[in-house]
Amino acid sequence: MNDIPQTNPDASEVVLAARHVAKSFGAVHALKGVNFDVHRGQVTTLFGENGAGKSTLMKILSGVQKPTKGEIILDGQPVELHSTMDAQHKGICIIHQELSLAPNMTVRDNIFMGREIMGPFGVDYAEEERQTRALMEELEEDIDPLSKVEDLRLGQQQIVEIARALSVDARILIMDEPTSALSASEVEVLFKVIHDLKARGVSIVYISHHLEEALTITDHAVVLRDGNMTAYAPRSEIDLEWIVVNMVGENFDLGSPPEVTFGAPALSIENLSVPSHTGVGLAVDGLDLDITAGEIVCIYGLMGAGRTELLECAAGRLKNTGGSIKLHGENVAGLTIAERINAGLVLVPEDRQRDGLVQTMTVGKNLSLASIGNFTRGLFTNHADEDKIIADSIRDVTVKTDGPGAPIGSLSGGNQQKVVIGKMLVTDPSVIMLDEPSRGIDIGAKAEVFKLLAERAKQGLAVLYTTSEVTECLSIAHRIIVMRRGKISATFTSDTTKEAIMAASGESMVA
Amino acid sequence: MSASTASHTPKPAAKGINIGHILLEGRAFFALIAIIITFSFLSPNYASVGNFLIMSNHVAIFGLLAIGMMLVILNGGIDLSVGSVLGLSGVFAGYLMQGVEVPSLGIILYPPVWAVVVLTMTLGAFVGFVNGILIARFKVPAFVATLGSLYVARGAALLMTNGLTYNNLSGKTEFGNTGFDWLGFNRIANVPVGVIVLVVVSVAAFLLLSRTAFGRWLYASGGNERAAELAGVPVKRVQITVYMLSGVCAAIAGLVLSSQLTSAGPTAGETYELTAIAAVVVGGAALTGGRGGVGGTLLGAFVIGFLADGLVIIGVSSYWQTVFTGAVIVLAVLLNSIQYGGLKRV
Ligand SMILES: Nc1ncnc2c1ncn2[C@@H]1O[C@H](COP(=O)(O)OP(=O)(O)OP(=O)(O)O)[C@@H](O)[C@H]1O
Ligand SMILES: [Mg+2]
Repeated sequence: MNDIPQTNPDASEVVLAARHVAKSFGAVHALKGVNFDVHRGQVTTLFGENGAGKSTLMKILSGVQKPTKGEIILDGQPVELHSTMDAQHKGICIIHQELSLAPNMTVRDNIFMGREIMGPFGVDYAEEERQTRALMEELEEDIDPLSKVEDLRLGQQQIVEIARALSVDARILIMDEPTSALSASEVEVLFKVIHDLKARGVSIVYISHHLEEALTITDHAVVLRDGNMTAYAPRSEIDLEWIVVNMVGENFDLGSPPEVTFGAPALSIENLSVPSHTGVGLAVDGLDLDITAGEIVCIYGLMGAGRTELLECAAGRLKNTGGSIKLHGENVAGLTIAERINAGLVLVPEDRQRDGLVQTMTVGKNLSLASIGNFTRGLFTNHADEDKIIADSIRDVTVKTDGPGAPIGSLSGGNQQKVVIGKMLVTDPSVIMLDEPSRGIDIGAKAEVFKLLAERAKQGLAVLYTTSEVTECLSIAHRIIVMRRGKISATFTSDTTKEAIMAASGESMVA
Repeated sequence: MSASTASHTPKPAAKGINIGHILLEGRAFFALIAIIITFSFLSPNYASVGNFLIMSNHVAIFGLLAIGMMLVILNGGIDLSVGSVLGLSGVFAGYLMQGVEVPSLGIILYPPVWAVVVLTMTLGAFVGFVNGILIARFKVPAFVATLGSLYVARGAALLMTNGLTYNNLSGKTEFGNTGFDWLGFNRIANVPVGVIVLVVVSVAAFLLLSRTAFGRWLYASGGNERAAELAGVPVKRVQITVYMLSGVCAAIAGLVLSSQLTSAGPTAGETYELTAIAAVVVGGAALTGGRGGVGGTLLGAFVIGFLADGLVIIGVSSYWQTVFTGAVIVLAVLLNSIQYGGLKRV
């Protein structure tokens, strides 16, 4: 299946194209006259910083939004896409960056939502279920078609979103950061699926901030910057550095472990057990972990390894059935989430839409939400103090926004993620736990967040973060822990290799 | 409306002043102006200071309920019990005004009016507390929990009086419990006390929402409870408090109403919860929580109140009044979805 003919890119056929497409939201010009080609049966990858306009362009190509200016050309003919349904009828399907599933419905119902298979007696649930199972098999996932989406982990929800798009049988498939919550082995499966799709002549648009990963399937690379297309090249002419330089203008590295003298134990987890949310078995199984002040620890593991449960239990969201958690020597059992935050133990959650953001509030109020106490004088909040906290925070984590008063939904995905991180950093914690902090943020922002964490570590902050990307383990972390089935399967120092880490997690290298 | 919207562009020009946008944002305000102007033309008696004050005194009752309701709705809940709590509070106050017999001591206590007010507000808070506990701790859906207390509170009011009405609330000078009618009848600088009470409660609610941590918590947990909890918001405590505040508002409304009517009947305030919800919605709040404010809610209460009174003044039949009120509510919700739909990222 890997014997796809390497056509000359410029000669290959363009199925879908954007011509001089511009899009404005009030005073914000998200796209400023972009030309973009999708090649038949190939993968066109779109790179760009957070807020560059990638998602906006994809929404326009899939009928979600209408361009302010410019036109869309499908099979050489100018077309107007009136809705996502219209686009689907024309063969264009999109996997959204922010998941668009109905959490209260089953996997099966989500996959066939709006396209229910009708039998003689109404909806043919058996057939839908069969097809769902087949899709899950293709994606090598063990997800029951009848489980509710809200009971699935974020990564599994992303798989459902992908399965839904696959079930449409589109000619053109747009994937806006489909892998942000997937582990390496799942990404590998997805890439296999993408190869199959290509072989069947499906054209793919792919967006990801995991640059190396994306390069492995790219046929054509396009770089967007501030709403303009700044570079275009076929795969044969580019490398990682080309992308980064075109994206952000300079090359970044994710830093190295800061030189610190480890202080007193900050967080001590002893023999911790957390039941899994399905009720059978343990998500965290007798785990021991100590982190001292100033230390940065990275947890690597596959989806379902128990990382999220470990962090959520420490933060007070989940109850443990055994073991203890101590913060600076004090047992935190019985403390509420709020009390733990006040004591200096904070969590940056993984799922920003569900757990991280209040969609009805502005950027500023989201940023200050966890630190209201810091700007309350007596009975009332102090606006000047709050504004200062918000301004500092926007600068620290470099949120690209119209201003603190902008609705949080107007931010690009990566910038929303930065708000979630910034919100917890301004509480001035002594231990910060970040669950997949790099989800959806661009390489420049990632480097900045890591730099910020490294700097805070020098001042004594203990940092615990999880990641599904091995390169992120080998950055600022002093210690790398691999989790597997609720236990620590290996511990490494920062001079280890990617291969060793992945082997310990129980997965093979991505090609 | 304007010429620009008639053109073929899907959205009116972003630059410059967008009339459609302003009309949408301030719709409750413009609706109120439109109502006042229309009725002023239709009836010479409508546009007078005296009539405005009388109408405002009517609005005060709904306004008080609506402020409490708004807090609950901002939090993502609903409180169907406010009409019943209003009725129960009136009856409870009436009962206290008749004197409380303590058989064991063989005496009758006549609590002073301030104590009646405090005790009645405590009763309102208690009903709200029960609602809050059911909803926050026992996860009973707000609709069901408060529907239950709608019945229980109404039943309790009927039981207390055996279905009768307390007609004498004036108290006696020798018992030192006169002055209950002050709330409903007196005026300060010619403004009815009921209206002043509404203003005071509104200012307090405004400060609570815009200037305190609690207000921020309220908006946050109404917008996304999980995210709020993880950010350290005590979401359960907020929820319980919100229902207590709603109960207190309903109790205050009950006091004002029975004072205005100089009687306390157990059926007072029936279906008022619906009017309160309508006022909140007309004021631009989202029933899904997280969006809305005091100003909008007050405007909503005035729109509904001034419309109803205006229709009475020009002699429209009460059947048509019902139809008009319903139409206004639906129109308001329609505009809400247009406004909030525009903010959402698709
Ligand atoms: N509905 C909206 N209202 C206002 N501004 C918007 C809206 N949608 C997008 N924007 C703005 O348009 C710009 C481009 O956003 P877009 O989501 O396309 O970025 P992106 O390249 O996908 O970024 P990311 O990598 O973070 O996902 C951003 O500045 C964003 O704030
Ligand atoms: Mg995006």
